[in-house]
Amino acid sequence: MSNSLYGPLADPSADAGYPDGHPPRVGFFTDTSVCIGCKACEVACKEWNALPADGAHHDQPDLLDLTGMSYDNTGALGASTYRHVAFIEQTVPRRESPTVDLGMPAPPEGRGDPTEVRWLMSSDVCKHCTHAACLDVCPTGALIRTEHGTVLVQDDICNGCGYCIPACPYGVIDQRKGPKELGGGGAFKCTMCQDRLGAGLQPACATACPTESIQFGPLDELRERADARLATLHEHGVPEARLYGHDPDDGVGGDGAFFLLLDEPEVYGLPPDPVVTTRDLPSMWRHAAVAALTVAATVAASFVGGRR
Amino acid sequence: MVPDAEFTSYYGRPIIKSPTWKVPDVPLYLYLGGAAGTSASLAALADLTGRPALRIVGRYTALGGALVSVGALVHDLGRPTRFLNMLRVIKPTSPLSVGSWILSPFGTLAGIAAASELTGLLPGIGRLAGVGAGLVGPAMTTYTAVLLANTAVPAWHEGYQELPFLFAGSAMAAGGGFGLLATGDVTPARRVAVAGAALELTATAVLERRIGFARKAYTTGRPGMLLKVARAATVAGAAAAVAGGVLGGRRGRLAGIAAGVLLNAGSAATRFGVFDAGMVSAKDPAYTVVPQRERMAAREAAAEREV
Repeated sequence: MSNSLYGPLADPSADAGYPDGHPPRVGFFTDTSVCIGCKACEVACKEWNALPADGAHHDQPDLLDLTGMSYDNTGALGASTYRHVAFIEQTVPRRESPTVDLGMPAPPEGRGDPTEVRWLMSSDVCKHCTHAACLDVCPTGALIRTEHGTVLVQDDICNGCGYCIPACPYGVIDQRKGPKELGGGGAFKCTMCQDRLGAGLQPACATACPTESIQFGPLDELRERADARLATLHEHGVPEARLYGHDPDDGVGGDGAFFLLLDEPEVYGLPPDPVVTTRDLPSMWRHAAVAALTVAATVAASFVGGRR
Repeated sequence: MVPDAEFTSYYGRPIIKSPTWKVPDVPLYLYLGGAAGTSASLAALADLTGRPALRIVGRYTALGGALVSVGALVHDLGRPTRFLNMLRVIKPTSPLSVGSWILSPFGTLAGIAAASELTGLLPGIGRLAGVGAGLVGPAMTTYTAVLLANTAVPAWHEGYQELPFLFAGSAMAAGGGFGLLATGDVTPARRVAVAGAALELTATAVLERRIGFARKAYTTGRPGMLLKVARAATVAGAAAAVAGGVLGGRRGRLAGIAAGVLLNAGSAATRFGVFDAGMVSAKDPAYTVVPQRERMAAREAAAEREV
């Protein structure tokens, strides 16, 4: 079994037909525990990729409005937003830090607010899945696997059929609204700065990130780094830290862009257990074939017998 | 009634993107493509068994359905001038690519058969093309189910086993319904219509029973109402079709026409309802999160049992 549709797949570029000696698979490790929500990644991405403006309401691209829900006025990933910094404000049980005894009288037990506020920030991006549903379902071949193992839309091929959009289990790719000259009608998403990779540069977002929350590199290396970071955080009393999208055994064969999160994925707007829809496609075709044969047999049988 | 499950989300925002497919373009194409497929098969066999009236109605319905389908699909593209890119590659992993390669030859063959019918020219070629369209017809009725199911849209994906049969039934009800409008012997069309209605109703019932959390998308709100209307029209249409067969004569024909109209209304409402259910389930993050959480919990429980 080649696992072309589902399951662990070590080298998606080779599976797509690139010869030996193609560049290693690269990706992002986004460590949200050090994200400060500055949105430099969003700005750098917009600048480098010359992306048109879009407000929080993506159906009104010219309107720079406010979501009214948090410091996040970007809202979501979209056709002109390839990086999106989520901002979450939570009320959580107060954490007691060990105190130093200064000989002062201790405050009485059980007084004060037992909760505290924490802010979570996370820079979301296209996951560049090992098994990318958008790529699988694209009828024109506009979506391709690159030599770097990433997933890329070729804008000069895309006819705007929109199939990739509901196929993505993460809600990443979208159709751009607006005038044709700015790409209106086509599907767009993160390219991992394909034009920079070829020149040996890092993607714009990773270059701009001031805290190294966004790390770019060969995927194997990033996975090792993430494991080490997770162990460190667990050691330092952050048991809620967990990796998301790093596992080659998950529903999409592992993400090319994966995350270290501090809460459940859905808190950040991520699906908790995404599966590439194409996993079930062979079964779908079998069901459709049996159903079509049912139609053929019913029509044929309805002609059996004499006429009145 | 499924209780409102506890779940968290990012400010209630959707997780997956809703399809950008337009209404009525896409649901109309689901309905007409199915009606065209069944009609082409009916026309081919009507031709071979000497039922000219049924053949004529079938050939025109097949071409009309295919033409409007292609028009709706091209209109739905973000870049309509690039519609030919649909035939740039053949990709079995893309139901839309496979569908384009089903719809194109189907439309061409149905067009030749209908042109021969209209002009009376080249009846032999017309018959050959008609038989070809009739053979491709059944594929036209079910590939669209895979088109919807092969997405991350919960109400569509989780119904991938039932949707092909639901669409097959809906297509037979519609195509058979068009056949009932013909004069002369329409017995085969009547049988196809009644069998289709039965399959459509059964598949819908099975889908709603088996689909789990996404059931709510099919049974409440606008899609729930559309599907209720569809069910009523389909039941009434099937009853009228049976009555038409029993009555015979002029009253039988009138009942047949009523059946044809009702069954087509039912088939169309079914497609709009299924389409709408998908849109509802895409917009609400609960449909994505709750079943995935249930899946994870079941997996953890299974792993614990093994330990």
